[in-house]
Amino acid sequence: MSGANRVLPGFGLSLGYTLAYLSLIVLIPLSAVFVKAAAMDFERFWSVVASERVVATYKLSFGMSLLAASINVVFGLLLTWAIVRYSFPGKKIVDALIDLPFALPTAVAGIALTALYAPNGWIGQILEPLGIKIAFGPYGVLVALIFIGLPFVVRTVQPILEDFDAGFEEAAASLGATRWQTVRRVVFPALLPALLTGFALAFARGVGEYGSVIFIAGNIPFVSEITPLMIITRLEEFDYQGATAIASVMLVISFVLLLVINLLQGWVARSTPRAI
Amino acid sequence: MSGATSQLAAHLSSSLNRFEGRLATRDSGLVKTAVLAVSLAFFAVFIFLPLVLVFAEAFRKGWDTYIAALADPDAVSAIRLTLLAAAIAVPLNLVFGISAAWAIARFEFRGRQFLITLIDLPFSVSPVVAGLVYVLIFGAHGWFGSWLQAYDIDIIFAVPGIVLATIFVTFPFVARELIPLMQSQGREEEEAAIILGASGWQTFWRVTLPNVKWALLYGVILCNARAMGEFGAVSVVSGHIRGETNTMPLHVEILYNEYQFAAAFAVASLLALLALVTLALKAYVEWQAARNVAKDSEG
Repeated sequence: MSGANRVLPGFGLSLGYTLAYLSLIVLIPLSAVFVKAAAMDFERFWSVVASERVVATYKLSFGMSLLAASINVVFGLLLTWAIVRYSFPGKKIVDALIDLPFALPTAVAGIALTALYAPNGWIGQILEPLGIKIAFGPYGVLVALIFIGLPFVVRTVQPILEDFDAGFEEAAASLGATRWQTVRRVVFPALLPALLTGFALAFARGVGEYGSVIFIAGNIPFVSEITPLMIITRLEEFDYQGATAIASVMLVISFVLLLVINLLQGWVARSTPRAI
Repeated sequence: MSGATSQLAAHLSSSLNRFEGRLATRDSGLVKTAVLAVSLAFFAVFIFLPLVLVFAEAFRKGWDTYIAALADPDAVSAIRLTLLAAAIAVPLNLVFGISAAWAIARFEFRGRQFLITLIDLPFSVSPVVAGLVYVLIFGAHGWFGSWLQAYDIDIIFAVPGIVLATIFVTFPFVARELIPLMQSQGREEEEAAIILGASGWQTFWRVTLPNVKWALLYGVILCNARAMGEFGAVSVVSGHIRGETNTMPLHVEILYNEYQFAAAFAVASLLALLALVTLALKAYVEWQAARNVAKDSEG
């Protein structure tokens, strides 16, 4: 579209303001991390980001984010199915509360989950005699990341399941498929792109999550330390270079995940089945 | 007889939803019971119980302790700072969201899709990194550190840093609600208004704004909730100076680490209440938006 047949005014003003504000608040500050990291000599950079303690945090952050996102895909799908397909008392409240992890400040979630899963907590005291320790260890990280990630899965899958044309299921049933075959071969493939997107969103959020995790994790070096906490630890030691080096690794990971999520979302948009 | 049957069927289908009312999409009772039991147990353990626990712990030592925790001068100053940060961050990001949506949804230009991705960037950056970037720029060893020191301007470990970090983490909320809606609405109505002689601002106030008001409100509600609740980014730039640079979430952390659990949960319960109000408003806005869509398709 050329400028000549543009009817609406304000293109220059709105785009100019958008780009200026975006650069000032987001792009220039983020570039500071890379500029500062690039100024370090490589030996020093590598000794920070590949040190044993920091590598242990990558393993924990990635491992637990993967595990939490996987658990959320399974139970999130069941929960979405229950909300969309069944009627039960309190459904509206359950549906609204799914977004609680988006709205509840992470520090509040952190202390609530810790009190709940600590050895003397409501759930912790049931698990303690069974020898299961959640709070103040790596599984505390898992619990916090499950809490944080659940709405990403449910809210990505829910609109797809709601719009899914029941005609597909009727066609499958009338062609002789059992209910389980219909769900597995007809409904599930249609939900797969959304499930993967929800998984990626929950995973990406989990890797960077800080507030809800640090209370429940116990933050024991090599055992239950997450990567964002390492940045804080370096900052508290006034080791700005170390903090910047770890942050640059995390930023690169965020960019890669953002790219993957964009590709997945494009796939969801394209693969939404048309009505019969 | 058949009348009674159809009445019964109508009654049954009204109490069931559209999927349970049809044979082909109905799951067996056993499956339904199992799915409901497992998914609701999961919901209770991970979402519902933590919420209930916040209020139970807050009131465990009674009203007096609760009130005392909130009336504490440090708590009051934390509440004030939280409100201030949100009062600056939300309007700025609101103006940005409208401006970005106008540029992206009303005009075509190269790199539009890429711009949308860049706007979403703060969501995929760890809050800790978000705080760190401002330390690298405005901190004592940062780009502008010595210049700021020379003029005695405090940004890091002071209120401006907290406001900046809050703006960063709440940056995309309004824009990401408005852009898809305005793209789907198209620009015909605004073009008609301009051709009929309305000015650009008149068109915006009388045509665009009424069309997007629910999405706008929705974005503002979510933006505000995150602004008041942000912890990681604000924690990095705050310096945790009691009574000066503590926001409510940071105050919760300090009380908790000092084993003042009742007081920590009392302040936390205010934030949990804010979350519940946010969710209720969100449900109301969604309901209003759905009603408007239904009205439009009828008319």
